[in-house]
Amino acid sequence: MGLYRYGRIKPSEITDRQVWLKRRQLIKAGMAAGAGLLLGGMNGQAVAALAGPGKNRKISLAGESTYGSDLVPTEYEHITTYNNFYELGYGKEAPAENAAALKTRPWSIKVSGECARPGVMDIEDILKLDQEERIYRFRCVEAWAMVVPWAGFPLGAFLKRFQPTSKAKYVEFETLYDPQHLPGQKRTVLDWPYREGLRIDEAIHPLAFMATGLYGEVLPGQNGAPLRLVVPWKYGFKNIKSIVSIRFVEKQPVNSWQATAANEYGFYANVNPDVPHPRWSQKRHRVLGKGVFGSKEDTLLFNGYAQEVAGLYSGMDLRKYF
Amino acid sequence: MIQWRITVFLLSLLPLAAMIWGAFHGNLGANPVEALSHESGSWALRFLLVTLAITPLRRLTGWRRLGLLRRMLGLFSFFYACLHFLVWLWLDQEFAWGSMLADIAMRPYVTVGFLSFLILTILALTSNMFSMRRLGLRWKGLHRLVYAAALLAILHFIWLVKVDLMQPLIYLGIFVLLMLLRLPRNVVMRKPRRIVKKQVVT
Ligand code: HEM
Repeated sequence: MGLYRYGRIKPSEITDRQVWLKRRQLIKAGMAAGAGLLLGGMNGQAVAALAGPGKNRKISLAGESTYGSDLVPTEYEHITTYNNFYELGYGKEAPAENAAALKTRPWSIKVSGECARPGVMDIEDILKLDQEERIYRFRCVEAWAMVVPWAGFPLGAFLKRFQPTSKAKYVEFETLYDPQHLPGQKRTVLDWPYREGLRIDEAIHPLAFMATGLYGEVLPGQNGAPLRLVVPWKYGFKNIKSIVSIRFVEKQPVNSWQATAANEYGFYANVNPDVPHPRWSQKRHRVLGKGVFGSKEDTLLFNGYAQEVAGLYSGMDLRKYF
Repeated sequence: MIQWRITVFLLSLLPLAAMIWGAFHGNLGANPVEALSHESGSWALRFLLVTLAITPLRRLTGWRRLGLLRRMLGLFSFFYACLHFLVWLWLDQEFAWGSMLADIAMRPYVTVGFLSFLILTILALTSNMFSMRRLGLRWKGLHRLVYAAALLAILHFIWLVKVDLMQPLIYLGIFVLLMLLRLPRNVVMRKPRRIVKKQVVT
């Protein structure tokens, strides 16, 4: 317990709560905070929106972030029981059921390739970096979506510690490969280990994020513990989980889904309602946890982050580079 | 037999009851529409395969009354297929006709699912005594389309799966087995019988 900074600091819990309260006041404007709490007591959704369920260690946040304070987060329960993480099983509920198979200690991330200061960083040291909270929309290529209050740090600042050289045109990420423990890796449904990649300018974009937690607590296994990528303007499969390796490379990497079906999944995988997938039209999506009726909404270009990221792709044919 | 039919009828309604109960108790998880789609589709296929199992079962057990359950089970397959179609039409597509037609035309897994559904509809509509009498000999030919319906439904399942083909392949295996069980009388066993006869004659 003493090993973890966020395990010791108690006042942070109070800050955490205040951040959440403020947000809830924004969301449910007009509703007295007291009434909101009362309501929260009766209705699981509201309780979850205040803080995590206390299942995992809390993460102390260095400061309040303004990202996504207008969004209503999806319930913790839904975010953690409906996952695509084939390493832990192929159904949506399987990763939560098999999460214990993923051992997150000891854990280190190897950073290598075209950089001046390659190295290995222990997860404990990564957790000592300043953590902030960001509420992002999450859109899966399978036409479902959710809103997740992540905790973590910007990817760009992290990458710069290793001083990428001018040859570092792309960044390649790799998930843990451990077929002895990870049940999904016993069969070759994908070419393990899972790989993903970003162009370097995408990787250092202010929105690109490394998540260590959600709802103010460390990530549960099914959500990609202990460290995962979050690029909110791209389809979910770009958000590689349980990362063990980061490599700066000169050539565009081939991501796992592209290697599996290049006609269906591209390298960029930017959310785009006008570029249909052979299986899913992508014009609309279903928001998790919204029940049976009226839970669908229109999908926005770059998942609603066009203002921030469209510049990265100016002049590119998004149909060709899907 | 009537008790049997009532029992099977009530048992066949259990999946529906589970779906309704789940929907009203928020027990269907984060994506209840998908859960309803998967449940109804799976039960449509299961009932179709159970229907196809009746004939071989009757032959194996010699229990001829089993045949009386066949139409009911077939209609239950159609019933769950209707539910599956309704979930898609209403909860998934929200009656967006343009996007539905585009899906049927452009997404092969929807195309074959739709074809399977069309066949089931025709078979259900002609499953009554009146149609049997009117169609006469052609009725049997028409209802052989049930094999196509099952195969198309399995193809539908194979094509909608992303990577893990285990489930649809199990259904395919059951289908192939049920087809093989139909062969013996006509193909496999005929030859030895003839030889035996000839030996007896000569
Ligand atoms: C009207 C035509 C049909 C349409 C539009 C349709 C549509 C769909 C859709 C959208 C899904 C879910 C796909 C996904 O999760 O990605 C699905 C799954 C499925 N459908 Fe259909 N379907 C049709 C007809 C049928 C019929 C006639 C059967 C069986 C007799 C059937 C059996 C199934 C099965 C077994 C599944 C998979 C369930 C699972 O994954 O557990 N479908 N269908």
